[in-house]
Amino acid sequence: MSMIGLAADSAVLIAERRHNKLGRSVYSGRSRVALERNIMAFRSSNWIIVLSGFVEPIFYLLAFGFGIGKLIGGVTDGDGNPVSYAAFIAPALLATSAMNGAIYDSTWNVFFKMHFAKLYETMLATSLGPLDVAIGEIGWALLRGFVYALGFMAVMAPLGLIPSWWALLAIPGAVLIAFGFASFGMAITSYLKTFHQMNWINFFMLPMFLFSGTFYPLDIYPGWIQALIQAMPLWHAIELERAFMLGNLSWGLLGHVIYFLVMIVAGLFFTTRRLTALFMK
Amino acid sequence: MIIARGLTKTYGEFTAVDGIDFEVRKGEAFGLLGPNGAGKSTTMKMIASVSKRTGGELTILGLDPNKRGPEIRAHLGVVPQQDNLDRELKVHENLYVYGRFFGLGRKFLKAKVEELLEFAQLTEKRNAKAEELSGGMKRRLTIARGLVNEPEILMLDEPTTGLDPQARHILWDRLFRLKEQGVTLVITTHYMDEAEQLCDRLIVMDKGKIMAEGSPADLIKRYASKEVLEVRFGSSKNVEIAEQISHLGERLEVLPDRILVYSENGEADLQEILKLGLEPVTSLVRRSSLEDVFLRLTGRTLVE
Repeated sequence: MSMIGLAADSAVLIAERRHNKLGRSVYSGRSRVALERNIMAFRSSNWIIVLSGFVEPIFYLLAFGFGIGKLIGGVTDGDGNPVSYAAFIAPALLATSAMNGAIYDSTWNVFFKMHFAKLYETMLATSLGPLDVAIGEIGWALLRGFVYALGFMAVMAPLGLIPSWWALLAIPGAVLIAFGFASFGMAITSYLKTFHQMNWINFFMLPMFLFSGTFYPLDIYPGWIQALIQAMPLWHAIELERAFMLGNLSWGLLGHVIYFLVMIVAGLFFTTRRLTALFMK
Repeated sequence: MIIARGLTKTYGEFTAVDGIDFEVRKGEAFGLLGPNGAGKSTTMKMIASVSKRTGGELTILGLDPNKRGPEIRAHLGVVPQQDNLDRELKVHENLYVYGRFFGLGRKFLKAKVEELLEFAQLTEKRNAKAEELSGGMKRRLTIARGLVNEPEILMLDEPTTGLDPQARHILWDRLFRLKEQGVTLVITTHYMDEAEQLCDRLIVMDKGKIMAEGSPADLIKRYASKEVLEVRFGSSKNVEIAEQISHLGERLEVLPDRILVYSENGEADLQEILKLGLEPVTSLVRRSSLEDVFLRLTGRTLVE
C-alpha cells in the first residue's frame, strides 16, 4: 500500500489551481461537496419529519381556503378583481412553504451541525473555505424550500388554484424566497449559542406567518403596523408570489426581488464572516 | 517540513504561545508534550493552518499558513482530539465525503476508501453508522479519514486518550506503519509512554514556552537520573526520614505518600537505607521515564 503517491499531488494540485484567484482563502469553488454530503446523510434521515414541514401549509390551505373560505365573500386580488378566498391565500401559503423548507435546515440543522456534530470545523480543516461551507449549506436549505414549494404547487393545480401560465413565475419566485430565508437563517443561527436563543426564531416565525397579509389584506391595520409588516421578509415573499399566481405583474415587484437579493448577499457575507471567526481565528 | 521561529499567538491579553522555536524534519515523529493549557493545541491549530499566528514566523512545506492556508491544508491530515466523525453517515461514507472535501475524484476515492478501510481494520464495519463504532474503531476511522488525501504530515491531537490498552497498541502499530511509509507525524500527548513509544523528538511546553527539546532518551539523560527508587514509610514519617537519607542519590523528592530518590543505582541506595535500620513499607526500583522529566520540568501542580 502506498500512502504517498499520486493523490498527495492531486489534493495539493487541486488546491494550488486556485493559487492566484481572488478570495481563495475563503472559497475553493467546491461548495457542491457540502451538498453531496447532505444528500448522502438525507438518504437515511427521518422522512416523517421532512414530510411534516411540507404538509403544514397544505392543511392551512384546506382548512382556511376551502373550509372557512366558504363563509367569506367579496375577496379581491390587489388590483380589485374578485377571486376566491382559497386563491387569495394559496400564493401566501406557497411562499410560506418555501420559507419553512429553507428555515428548517438553515436554523436547527445548522445549529446542530455547528455545535454538536462539529461538521463545519471538520470541513474547514480540509482545503475548503468558509464560503464553500456557507454556499453548500444554504444551497441545501434552499433546495428543501424549493422542493416544498414545488410540492405545494402540485397540490394547487388539481384544486384549480393555478389560473394562468404566469403562475409558473412563482417557481423561480420560490427559489428566490427560499434562498433569501436560507441565507439569512444560517447567518442568524451562526451567531446564536444556546437553545434558548434558538427558540426566539420560532417565537418570531409564527406571528410573521399569521400577520404578513397571509390570510387578509394589510389595509385593516393602522399605518405603523403596516410599515412594520412591510419590513418583514415574508410580506415581500407573499406579495411577490400572489402577484405571480394571480397574474398581476408590475415593475413594483422588482422591489421585492431586490429585498431578497439583499437578504441573500447579507446572509452569505455574515455566515462566512462568522464561520471564519469561529473556526479559523 | 515545519519551521517555527518566535511563533506567538495571543488572544487579547492572553498569550497562549509565547515565542517558540522548533523544527520538524521530514519523516520523523515529532511530539508536543505539556500539561493542559501549555499551548500545545494552539500550536497544532497554527500548524494545521486554521488559526493565524499573531507574531513570529511559521513555514509549513515552505509556505506561509497565514497566506496559503488552503494549499497547506491539502498537504495535511488532521486527527482532532475529539472524534468529529459524521454521525449521520456510514463508515465508508465518512471516508468518501471527507475525500470529496479535498476535491478528490469519485473513481480515485472508491479505491482509496477500500484501502483505508483495510488499513483501519474496519472493512467489516463499512456499512455501520459511525456512531455505532467502539472508541478504538472511531479513532482508527478518524485516522484513516485523515489519510484520505495522502498527506505528507499527519497531525494527531491526543490520539489514544480514552482508549483501552488493546486499542492503544493497535493504534500505535498503525502509526508506526505510517511512519515507515515516510509520513511525518506531529503528535500531542500527555501519556509519557506514548511519547517514548512514538516520538523521535519532542518538545516539552509549559505556559506557552518550550521547557526542553530532544529525543526521549536525551531528555531522560539530561533531566532525570538513570534510575528512580521509590520508598514508602507511611505518610506521617516520610518528611522526617527524608532528612536522614538526604545524602542518597542525586536528588530527593518528598511526596505526601512516598519519597523518590533519583539515582544512578537504585538498588545500592535501597541497601543503604536498610543499613540505616530504616524499614520502608514498600520499595521499588525502576528506570527513569519521560514522566519524571515531564514532572520535573512542568511541576506537580494540578492544572485545571
